[in-house]
This record gives sequence, C-alpha cells and structure tokens, in this order.
Amino acid sequence: MNEFFSQTYEIKGKDFQNAGKVSTGIKTLLKQLGIKPEIIRKVAIACYEAEMNIVMYAKTGTMKLDIDTKKIKITVLDQGPGIQDIDLAMKEGYSTATPEMREMGFGAGMGLPNIKKNSDEFKIESSIGEGTKLEITIFIN
Amino acid sequence: MQNDFRSIKIDSEKCQGRMACMRICPTQAIRVKNRKAILINEKCIDCGMCVRVCPNNAVIPKTSSFSDFSKFKYTIALPSPVLYSQFKVEITPSLILNAFKKIGFDDAYDVACASEAVSIAIQEFLDTNFTHQPYISPFCPVIVRLVQIRYPNLLEQLIPIDSPMEIAAREAKNLKMKETGLSAKDIGVIYITPCPAKMIAIKNPPRKKYSFVDGAISIAEIYPNLIQALTKSNDDGSKSEIKGIGLGWPMLGGQVSTLKAHDTIAIAGILEVIRIFEEIENGKLKNIKYIECHSCNTACVGGSLNIENPYIARNRVIKMLEKYGNTPCQDRNYIKNLIQKNFFSLPGKIPPTPIAPIDSDISQALKKIQEKANIYEKLPKIDCGACGSPDCNTFSEDVITNNAELDDCVFIALKKFDNATVKSSDIIKKHLNKIYKNFDN
Repeated sequence: MNEFFSQTYEIKGKDFQNAGKVSTGIKTLLKQLGIKPEIIRKVAIACYEAEMNIVMYAKTGTMKLDIDTKKIKITVLDQGPGIQDIDLAMKEGYSTATPEMREMGFGAGMGLPNIKKNSDEFKIESSIGEGTKLEITIFIN
Repeated sequence: MQNDFRSIKIDSEKCQGRMACMRICPTQAIRVKNRKAILINEKCIDCGMCVRVCPNNAVIPKTSSFSDFSKFKYTIALPSPVLYSQFKVEITPSLILNAFKKIGFDDAYDVACASEAVSIAIQEFLDTNFTHQPYISPFCPVIVRLVQIRYPNLLEQLIPIDSPMEIAAREAKNLKMKETGLSAKDIGVIYITPCPAKMIAIKNPPRKKYSFVDGAISIAEIYPNLIQALTKSNDDGSKSEIKGIGLGWPMLGGQVSTLKAHDTIAIAGILEVIRIFEEIENGKLKNIKYIECHSCNTACVGGSLNIENPYIARNRVIKMLEKYGNTPCQDRNYIKNLIQKNFFSLPGKIPPTPIAPIDSDISQALKKIQEKANIYEKLPKIDCGACGSPDCNTFSEDVITNNAELDDCVFIALKKFDNATVKSSDIIKKHLNKIYKNFDN
C-alpha cells in the first residue's frame, strides 16, 4: 500500500502580513508525521523562499504539497512576471528585488539558489508575462 | 534525567473544568474531560499560562515545600533578582538578603552578580563563535523545553553557557562548605523563584547531570514572611549593597543591554518567541548574533509566582539600575580568566524530546493525516472547545489518535438528529448525554 498525502495552499502576492504562514503550516504537518528534523529544515527553507518569491513578485500563486513514504514534493505555481534569464536568476547574489523588498531584508539574491541547494531534485520553468513553476523534491530517507 | 517531570499539576478536586487553561495553552497540552482538566505531559512546556488564568486556582506549581529542606544542616536562600523588584525601592537588595536570616535560612546569596559574570561570558562566546548564529538564550527553562519538543533544529543555537542561578548556587555552596566545614550534601541551596518553570531547570538542568540548587520556593509563598521580617526588625548591616548590570536581567532586554553587540534582539511572550523560531527555522535572522528569549510577556518580572504588577516591578528594576547599575560587581579580567578555565561553559548536547508523531509508521501516519484533514473539514471551525479539545484542529487530531470521539463535537452530534427519524429517543438520549457531560455539575 502506497499511502500519500496531498494539499494545495493559496498564496497571495503582496500579502506580507501572512507571508510565511504556508511554510509554517507545512512544517507543523511534517513534525506531526515524524519527519526527521534535518529534512524538515531543508523543506522549511525551500518552502519559505518559494513562498516569499510569490509574495514579492507574483499576483497570486499556489503551493502544492505531495508527500508519500519516500519523498516530499512541492510544486509552486505562480501568476507572475516570469523570469527573463533562468541561469542568471539561479546565480547566488543576483536579484531583481526592489529597494522596498531589500528594506524588508529580502533581495540578497539567495532565494532560488537556496531553494535548489536544499532540494534533492529541482526543476524550474518560466514564461515571461505568465509565471513560473518550481518542482522541489526532497527525499525522506 | 527526569524528562517527564512537569512543574505544574492539576488539582482535580479544585478543577471545575472551566477551560480557561485549555484555551490559553500555547502548545495545546490540556484537554477537559468530564469537567476536569487533564495535562498532556509530553506537550507541556511549563510556561505557567494556565497557572495565571485558572479561575479556581486548580493549577498548582510544583515548587518545593519547606519540609523538604529539614534534611539540610545549613540552608542558603538564593533569590532570583526578580525578588528585589517586589518591594518598594527603599528596601534594597542587601536588606532583602539579610531578612532571609530572620525567617529560618542560615544565609542568603545574591544572583545578580552571577548574571553580570554570565553576561561577560556570553559576550566572549559571541565574539568567537559564529557557526550557529543566531544564538538563543537558554536561561528561561520554557524556551529550552520549547526548542526540545518543537524546534529540534535549533538545539545547537542554545548558547552552551550555564545559568546565573547555577553559577551562584555553585559559588554559594563552595563558599559555605569552606566556611562551615560541612559537606555538599548537608548544605541546601534554595532558589526563590518567580515562576514554576525553574523547577525544570533544577530537576533536569540542560547539559548537566544535576543542579547545584536543591529546590525552589515561590516568591509569592515567601513574600509574607519576608515583608514581616523587613518591617519588624533592624538590619544587621552584614551585607554590602548589590551592584552591577546583572540587576537588570529580570526585565526584557536585561541581557542584551549588557552585551556590546548591537546585532541582538530581546523577545518576551511565548507566542512571539514561537514566531521568531519559525523564522530562524526558515533560515532567516542569520545576521543576528544573540536572541534573548522569555516565555512570559513581560520577561521574568512577569513570572506567574510574583506578587507585584510586572510593570511596576520593571520600573523598580530600572531605578535600581540607575542607582547601582554603573558600578561593576565583577572584575572583567578575573571573569575572562575563569572563562578560559571553562567555568561558565557547558559541554554536551541538549537532547530533542519531540512530541510523538501521529503514527510511528510513515505509511500509517500519512493515512491518518489525510483522515485528520477529512475530519477537520466536517467540523464547524469555531474552536468553541465544548468537545474538551482546545480547537477544531486539535480535536481532529484527537479523534484520529483515539483520544476523542467524533460525536464529542456538539455540532456533529446535533447533525445526527436530522437523520434520526423514527424511534430516535435512544439515539437522542445517547448524544445528549455526550454533549452534557462537559457541562453538568
């Protein structure tokens, strides 16, 4: 029997007040499942960065969590501006954050590289003017 | 190690099941069944919120009783510096310390001076350690416990420095052993505590096998005796005035204000602490060096076993600091020398004590978490608590872990009436009984 759990969360753009709540919810869930702390840390960082990317850049987005006995998969879809140059965006230190975002402590250019660093498998697709899709996989064992 | 020791207990005789404790508990560690509150030990973090809100005083702090100390040949009171803020400013710390000798203790020993030494040790540590930034203060036992059960990823960020209480207790004990010739076991060091949680630090001290403190009496309990001793008789003048920045430790910012690093923050209130821990777990705040964390909303002056209003107490701490704070009680070079000799640092690790997962088998756990989500969808989501669980989310968890039945929800139970058309009296009776068992006296 291959059990799995699936849930989709909505994330609103520019909603800084609630930013981080989805990641917190996911963490709580993983703790209830008894997932190891070091795995939770990786998921936490990846989810939080992805959530913040939606809040900062997109109009709206969703984060879909799929867990089975082997892995945690997070699919992030946003309706946003899309990424011009993915290779460049994946470089540490590169950021298109506005001065306001930097003022809030974001925009160090670590978002996407940090997500990739904490993922075991990472896929990114983006089309200009439409949005970006991330597929983050983190293995449980 | 007595990891299952909790610093509070519920007196079921006094408890009337009024649910104030259940609603306020920040870790959902209380249920009410048949009009009696039940504490779930593994979820409790000893914050003492329930002690404050119980309308029947049925949540009892498990501090020591005086009779526990009859086995000692010599007793030393070790008051938390919070005690100094419980009296009007004319009653100075030295007068308070001396008064202990009139109420049955052989002597009293100040902790604020040890706080100053610990401040220096923290600064030295922060100057040379960067790997696990931000470092978190481990002096509030509730914070340590919270990290152990909910944020095991942050355990290495708890700064490995012993508490002022322990440092002072060790010093006091050694001093009195020399003075009296008695052995360590004959000398009892009794902490005078502003909160029940300190009992955890005594019973199960982080990174240590045992504590130098032998027990704790609450400030509230000792206050009447002290005030009587302080007003009745003259001071013998045997203690010089307590000085130094350590006097500020009981209030929010008391620790960070003693540190030179500007990249520090001070947080009070368990919910705010939880919010910050979530952020740290997300990889944020790495530019912060040190976070002073207090479970109580107004830091230690707001402990649940104090007498004075926390804001008035805080004002007195500020006044004391103005008067005595600028004179150091410790020689910096001497303390630095002690730091070299590992006088303050604690080896070893603090173990995680996570709450048991919903099922130990991941496959079963996934199944149950899905069931839990399905149950939650059926619930009214108004967190009324009538079922005996603090909120609908926790109730759905209680149902799948067999700690509650779905019909315990009055709304779910009432829905059954719709379906119970014929010969329904038995069904109705059964559900009414369920609903009312949490309300009947």
